[in-house]
Amino acid sequence: MYRLLLSTAALAMLGNAATAQTEIQWWHAMGGELGARLEGIATEFNASQSEFRVVPSFKGTYPETLTAAIAAFRAREQPAIVQVFEVGTGTMMAAKGAVYPVFQLMADMGEPFDQNAFLPAVVGYYTDADGNMLSMPFNSSTPIVYYNRDVFAKAGLDRDTPPKTWEELEAFSRQIMSSGAAPCGFTSGWISWVQTENFSAWHNQPIGTNENGFGAIDSQLTFNGPVQVRHWENLKRWQDEGLFQYGGPVGGNDAPPKFYAQECAIYMNSSASRAGVVANSKDFEVGYGMLPYYADVAGAPQNSIIGGATLWVLQGRPEAEYRGVAKFFSYLSSPEVQASWSEPTGYLPITQAAYEYSQSNGFYAANPGAEIPIKQITLNPPTDNSKGLRFGNYVQIRTVIDEEFQALLGGSKTAQQALDAVVARGNALIAEFAAANR
Amino acid sequence: MKRTLFRNQFLPWFLLAPQLAVTAVFFLWPAGQAVWQSFLRQDAFGFSVTFVALENYAALYADPFYRNSLQVTLVFALLVTTLSLGVALVLAVAVDRMLRSAPAYTTLIVWPYAVAPAIAGILWWFMFNPTIGILAYVLKQWGYNWNHQLNAGNAMTLVVIAAAWKQVSYNFLFFVAGLQSIPASLREAAAIDGAGPVKRFFTITLPLLAPTTFFLMVVNVVYAMFDTFPVIDATTEGGPVQATTILVYKVYMDGFVGLNLGSSAAQSVVLMGIVIFLTVMQFRYVERRVNY
Repeated sequence: MYRLLLSTAALAMLGNAATAQTEIQWWHAMGGELGARLEGIATEFNASQSEFRVVPSFKGTYPETLTAAIAAFRAREQPAIVQVFEVGTGTMMAAKGAVYPVFQLMADMGEPFDQNAFLPAVVGYYTDADGNMLSMPFNSSTPIVYYNRDVFAKAGLDRDTPPKTWEELEAFSRQIMSSGAAPCGFTSGWISWVQTENFSAWHNQPIGTNENGFGAIDSQLTFNGPVQVRHWENLKRWQDEGLFQYGGPVGGNDAPPKFYAQECAIYMNSSASRAGVVANSKDFEVGYGMLPYYADVAGAPQNSIIGGATLWVLQGRPEAEYRGVAKFFSYLSSPEVQASWSEPTGYLPITQAAYEYSQSNGFYAANPGAEIPIKQITLNPPTDNSKGLRFGNYVQIRTVIDEEFQALLGGSKTAQQALDAVVARGNALIAEFAAANR
Repeated sequence: MKRTLFRNQFLPWFLLAPQLAVTAVFFLWPAGQAVWQSFLRQDAFGFSVTFVALENYAALYADPFYRNSLQVTLVFALLVTTLSLGVALVLAVAVDRMLRSAPAYTTLIVWPYAVAPAIAGILWWFMFNPTIGILAYVLKQWGYNWNHQLNAGNAMTLVVIAAAWKQVSYNFLFFVAGLQSIPASLREAAAIDGAGPVKRFFTITLPLLAPTTFFLMVVNVVYAMFDTFPVIDATTEGGPVQATTILVYKVYMDGFVGLNLGSSAAQSVVLMGIVIFLTVMQFRYVERRVNY
């Protein structure tokens, strides 16, 4: 009985302590393992100091989280921090009255903040025209190649050499199929992000006008260049020959099982798929490699671009909360916290110091392949074609890319027609966005 | 028709007030909002709002994908209704002939109705999944390469089966009840006059089931048009190339995913028009023609 009373009293005191703290709402879209790690970071931050309490809440998928935050903003019930995926960047940037730019927040709150400490390839995606950081990079990844070393050996290929070029990838796939080592050469997640956007950046081909949309809100897409058309044409041909198997729209839900079941020997997907790949490849050995390129395209390989999400701060919260947000962001960018997030998940470390920290603690030596994504995004200094992309309504443009790719694979359009349609439909969406945000 | 006369003029209004309030708050006000928003163009956060009159509707009219969606909805509703009514009728007639085992059989058939649409969608998606699905595997053994991610016909078949499967239970219950209310003497008389089972079914059972069938038809069309969102979202997400994007799913895609509130509101208003049309049809035409 005494014990019960005591614990009740203790709980009541805890409750009091909690009300004295400033609560900071953090809406995010990380489910499962990633969500658990994210909550862990918040808990550790809360334990590290007593003034603020970060309260993460899971709001569903990326689009759902963005929609929820916008609806909340319109109802004046917005959280202080919201996680927004990279293609929502255009939407957030255009909403100048809604967002509190991170560089300004850190300056206003007197929090030390050095933008140069962040990896340029990551930050470049989220800066305004003057080079100021608008949102806080959180989970950034880039696509890489995963391959089945056992199948490679069985097919008579070198188990330590991933395909460097698309020409090699085609030859390897043929050998894998003809030797009977596996029924399919390769599959890919994210046709839009991996085989179209990253493909363009990797070959230093423009995705759109005005530096891929960074320069102006009313830009035009230029996906229908000869290099992209050639690649889509090849994908269609490879799919007809069975070398390539389509994994479905958006993230390509059917691609991972094809690789896990050893049906397809090569698999392209986000570096953050690494944890899943490791967990599901108990029966075979996995190798890692950079994205392939066409050897005859001048300027390839350039550098790949990132995907993932950043943390945006919304306007209209009390000043005290913003002080906490600034403190939390400093905490988040410390090398130890970065390592505890990037090492188990496969996301990129976002600062130079965090990268060096993971190097010095022996993480990359112990985990072969884990360093490939960061080497790939920093392969060359980013050009206007390879620092990222920024277009309004891009969430819908991603859908358009998927639809036209399906039309291509289904045989109703040629690669040129499909990509021309992507550009035409995408430009209409961008124009609509520009009109709505004038 | 009996009429009640109130002395006090305010009493009837007072008695109606709760219902009127509910209707106003939950139906008229949001519907009015949708109509108003359909005339506006605004950014997602609502900072810049411009009145564009009928521009959103004009854009819909000019959009080939919207016309495609109308057609998809029509085909989908027809197929779901036909399939679920047809299968349910066959099952109900079969049950009607059983004496002892009917209750057990009925219970089993009603089970799927308890399954949430999203779960039903996932179940069928699993079975037809080109990579891991058992039905896709069986079809491949027979030489048919099932792929609902690229083949529009496959995708439509999948969503129709998933949507109709659940509705069969509901229709079945109504058909069983309808069959039981048909007097056995009619069929016996016909049998004595020499009509075979097929003839009896088409000349006696089916016409007498007409009220049930008409009622179920309206319910099923409404179900297929408005309640199948979870099935579509869990199976095809409207693809490939919007081959299974029904109107409701397009409202969601354009409004909640694309954040194009004006167009989404305009589409909702069109849907509202369709609902009003269906309701008027039911009351004016169907309910009058059918003799209960």
